[in-house]
Amino acid sequence: MRRTLTERILHGNTGEYVDAHVDRAYVHDGTGVLTLASFREMGVPIGIDPSRISVLFDHICPANNGITADLQRELRQYASSTGVFFSDCGGGICHQIMSEGVILPGEVVVGADSHSCTGGAFGAFATGVGATDMAAIWASGETWFRVPETIGITLEGSLSGGAEAKDLALSIVSRLGMEGATYAALEYTGPGSEAIDMDGRLCICNMGVETGAKNAIFYADAVCREYLAGYGHAIDIQTPEDCSYRQELTIDLDDLVPLVTVPHRVDSARPVADLQGTEVDQVLLGTCTNGRYSDLWRFAGIVRGSKVKVRTIIVPASASVLLRATQDGIIADLIAAGCMVVTPGCGPCLGIHSGVLGEGEVCLSTANRNFKNRMGVGGSIYLASPATAAATALTGYITEPEVFHV
Amino acid sequence: MCKGTVICLGSDIDTDLVIAGRYLRTKDRAVWAAHVFEDLDPALAPRLSGAVIVAGRNFGCGSSREQAPIALKEAGVAAIISPLFARIFFRNAINVGLPVLEADISSCSDGDEIRIDLEAGSFELGGTTYPFTPLSPRMREILNAGGLVNYWRGKA
Repeated sequence: MRRTLTERILHGNTGEYVDAHVDRAYVHDGTGVLTLASFREMGVPIGIDPSRISVLFDHICPANNGITADLQRELRQYASSTGVFFSDCGGGICHQIMSEGVILPGEVVVGADSHSCTGGAFGAFATGVGATDMAAIWASGETWFRVPETIGITLEGSLSGGAEAKDLALSIVSRLGMEGATYAALEYTGPGSEAIDMDGRLCICNMGVETGAKNAIFYADAVCREYLAGYGHAIDIQTPEDCSYRQELTIDLDDLVPLVTVPHRVDSARPVADLQGTEVDQVLLGTCTNGRYSDLWRFAGIVRGSKVKVRTIIVPASASVLLRATQDGIIADLIAAGCMVVTPGCGPCLGIHSGVLGEGEVCLSTANRNFKNRMGVGGSIYLASPATAAATALTGYITEPEVFHV
Repeated sequence: MCKGTVICLGSDIDTDLVIAGRYLRTKDRAVWAAHVFEDLDPALAPRLSGAVIVAGRNFGCGSSREQAPIALKEAGVAAIISPLFARIFFRNAINVGLPVLEADISSCSDGDEIRIDLEAGSFELGGTTYPFTPLSPRMREILNAGGLVNYWRGKA
């Protein structure tokens, strides 16, 4: 019988409940504290090879106050004493570090964070759970899943003009709606998908959860193989079978234009042209959606040699991204253009530090969520691509990237 | 069997609205209970003791924060009913021992009395008995144990 990629990886048919062996289990400083508390309360030993567990600090890094510092210290001490993989403050966002040669095609990857669907870019089943579910994975190395129905998304053509992978991600969330894929898998195929680089695929899979999806997945192809070869991995290509989908969607990438998602719903994308002129107080480039090297590269290509007109915060997704962008001179260009560069991690996305919004303030952000008050009480968030963010930073109002000859 | 007083809420209530990110850096459950729904309606928190929330679609979307169902349970919410829950919230609620029931309700108002029979898989509201989608056997076991920590404690 022909199966979706998710069915193949979970070894089950749609609708069945399975106990899945978890290949990679990871937490961050936010959820890890609760995971450790639940795990200790369970009173059971670690039932999984510690090398399959990762603890990656990213949410409030470095700590913003003594309470955060104390919570982080407890988890840091535990991680250091158990032989799990540990990345301290400054290392970067958990999803990005897992994407730097850790997650491999065909794996079952579970993170204690909703954006753990990011890793599906590698042809892995990657999904998010809560802290106590993760504690049970520490205890057993397994967790249960209902094998999801799959929504097939066929991509045709190629991105052109100012449109980027982020615009595709925003478009898909709006087409499906905030609950359009609840409990389902999003599976990307078609010639257009092969034309999207790994950073773009990570961005698209990252936003899968905004439709309610359990996971989002691309097939591991030559692009994926080349990316992972850079980390010393030799992988087998995954080939789609002629399987049945619950719903099918075809998107011609040539038709895509730069989009901006307006407050406070993540399924409200409109062409940037419709919002042109909307004033902003702050621009954010970063997060697990768009803090990767290629995002910084595109942003710097637009602001290089000019000065930003509003406060502009750059949060590289990981130390590796920051290092590469430093060595290539991108960081110098960004600073010369008047941007702030802060510690790799989640930055102000969740409204705790490094750029929290004040009452009535507006941020154009490359993140994945624009929920009410998320970045600060009374603040409003517009979501867009790195190119649109760069153009907006230069003018101080929402601006199409094409204005700057992108 | 549990009883409660209905509080009706809208659709797409995300976990940031249940408990804001600025209150997450603690392990003190009382803090979460005190600030639950603060950005949705600050008047809600004191009314949650003994309440059954009847929400619109997609309740609990967004962040995986387990503090969201913990805050609701700690504030005294007896159960939540929605036609469709976001999946991580749904798992988290069961894992912390908070009943979540998937069901369509034709109409209800704040203050209505509701009686839930978890074993029978139904609840009674305004003279009508509604079925809810049965939980999987595993989820029932976890809920009956009072949550996933207790479920595992039993295996220790």
